[in-house]
Amino acid sequence: MKVGDLSPDALRRQVGEGNLLIDLAPFVARLRCDVDSAVRNLASMYAAFSVLPSDHFADFHIQVMREPGLRRWYRPQARFFFDGQPSFTPLPSDQAFAMIEWGLNWCVAAHAHQYLIIHAAVIERDGRAALLPAPPGSGKSTLCAALVHRGWRLLSDELALIDMDTGQVCGMARPVNLKNESIDVLRAFAPEAVLTPPVPDTLKGTVSLMRPPLASVQRRREPAMPAWIVLPRYTAGSPPRLVAHNRARTSLLIAEQSFNYDIQGLRGFDALCAVLDRCECLQFTYGDLDDAVRAFDALAATH
Amino acid sequence: MAARDLIRDVLLAPESITSLTPLDWDLLMRQGRRANLLARLAHVLNARDALDSVPSAPRQHLVSAMRITERQTIAVRHEIACIANALEGSGVPLILLKGAAYVAADLPVSVGRIFSDVDIIVPRPLLGQAESALLQHGWRGSTLSPYDQRYYRRWMHELPPMRHFRRDTTIDVHHNILPETARLSADSHALLDNVVSVPGHDRVFVLQPVDMLLHSATHLFHEGEFISALRDLFDIDGLLRHFGSRPGFWDELVRRAAAVGLSRPLYYALRVSVDLLRTEVPKDVLATASIGRPAAPLAWTMERCFALAFQPVHPSVDTAAVKAARFALYVRSHWLRMPMHLLVYHLGRKALLRTTSADTPVETARPA
Repeated sequence: MKVGDLSPDALRRQVGEGNLLIDLAPFVARLRCDVDSAVRNLASMYAAFSVLPSDHFADFHIQVMREPGLRRWYRPQARFFFDGQPSFTPLPSDQAFAMIEWGLNWCVAAHAHQYLIIHAAVIERDGRAALLPAPPGSGKSTLCAALVHRGWRLLSDELALIDMDTGQVCGMARPVNLKNESIDVLRAFAPEAVLTPPVPDTLKGTVSLMRPPLASVQRRREPAMPAWIVLPRYTAGSPPRLVAHNRARTSLLIAEQSFNYDIQGLRGFDALCAVLDRCECLQFTYGDLDDAVRAFDALAATH
Repeated sequence: MAARDLIRDVLLAPESITSLTPLDWDLLMRQGRRANLLARLAHVLNARDALDSVPSAPRQHLVSAMRITERQTIAVRHEIACIANALEGSGVPLILLKGAAYVAADLPVSVGRIFSDVDIIVPRPLLGQAESALLQHGWRGSTLSPYDQRYYRRWMHELPPMRHFRRDTTIDVHHNILPETARLSADSHALLDNVVSVPGHDRVFVLQPVDMLLHSATHLFHEGEFISALRDLFDIDGLLRHFGSRPGFWDELVRRAAAVGLSRPLYYALRVSVDLLRTEVPKDVLATASIGRPAAPLAWTMERCFALAFQPVHPSVDTAAVKAARFALYVRSHWLRMPMHLLVYHLGRKALLRTTSADTPVETARPA
């Protein structure tokens, strides 16, 4: 049974009662939500994800619920709860679906220390993965969203989960978070992409989520071996430039962009070095997504 | 599903994991995480070589919890060294309390224990020196309202928490084991006069074993918040199991409690630890510790309240009786902490502030 197989009413009921278990391999989330817009977006974004029976183990119990009292009617707000505990500031209820996404990212980043977790997008082609680590605003999500519509497989746009024993990286193939101008840029670039209605005035500006391509969702259990670390840098009007990047600097940047490098100690350092030993370190400056597709295709063709 | 304290049951009988259903594991992980006992469970199972028999999904949570506490133990050792360095030359001895003391003294209860801060105690006359030495070495006082500053400095047994500006670590500087205004007056001087240095550090001290137990008991049985209560009770259980095999420990424990005025908390600690965690306390020790027992109806009520309140603070065990017991103990904790006129003033002020100020955001909902 997939999320998309449930009728809107059945989904609303199940998620309203807190009985919706979504298979986000390698995790399972148990979700409760009473915000209609969020449930509609959930149906669309997670259509191809499996629903698990309600007696299944869940890694993360999350609730996104409308705030009571006056807030029901006057500028309604919703709040994120982690296993019944209010965890973050309430936000306007039209941000409820984005809150589920950010909350899930937080759940993984704060609890899944069996992995070395790096703030990076991950895409794969022919068994080789490219990690795109970057501070926000560097265009990694836009680049990732574009490439996964041109033959690359989506693993994640936000969290690279490195298995410290095998060196492989996995992702959950969850929706891609697009912000501000990149929403229209992507719509123009890939008209077939399915996006949630943009929500203005969030902490990150205007936000829209993009449905992960079906093929990526179907293969989300397959990890991939990192082959490239590419630091993307969007510069308007710039010609594409893919150049080698200093390995030591890259390793520092990866450590800095890790959510739990500090917790892993020596194990984390060794895992990081192993990833770097295997990867070509590059910096990619671009101003146009078609250029980016060509540059990454050329990269995939190398041996 | 009936409310049950699964994390306690499994910690007491780890062999029972073989009969857990997936939903039991689900509940166990959630209760364990909320009660700060997940890493302890991981270590208990690991010591029995039973970690591999845990289903893969919950096992990842146990592994993850172990990684956090392993890292925290290293961090606490480093923090202790930093504090020792800061106090060196100030004439203030470094005396550690609670979790940091368990780590420094290498006690089994420190394994898999989660930390939020380091607690130290300094003799009252040296409080000023301690505070300025810490300020000189990068710790900063909390920015509190004048009322809160006064609340801490005049009435409480500790300074407002201090935070290191670079490492972002927190230290609680105590000068007494109970608030200045508390109904029970304990002889802190006697405790400070009998500290012992920890192996390998001639200038780092912890309370001697009986006093360490008495301090933990006093702290827990004056508490009005219950997030870590079950964990703290497991600490007491662990200390009793560890020190209980030392010759003379039990006799000294009861005698010492009477001498420093802490017979009541010791009685509760032994009684509740035996009842809830099946701690092995010699019969005659329980009998002599009964000098700290209040009148029968009160004793019965209190023990019921503790048994209800010392469960994970989690929706799965959040019954009306648990809420009532916690509320009663919350009120009692304030009642014990200060005389009536201060209590009315303080609680009244808190209630007033709660209605007028909105809660402040802790974080925003994003991972970084």
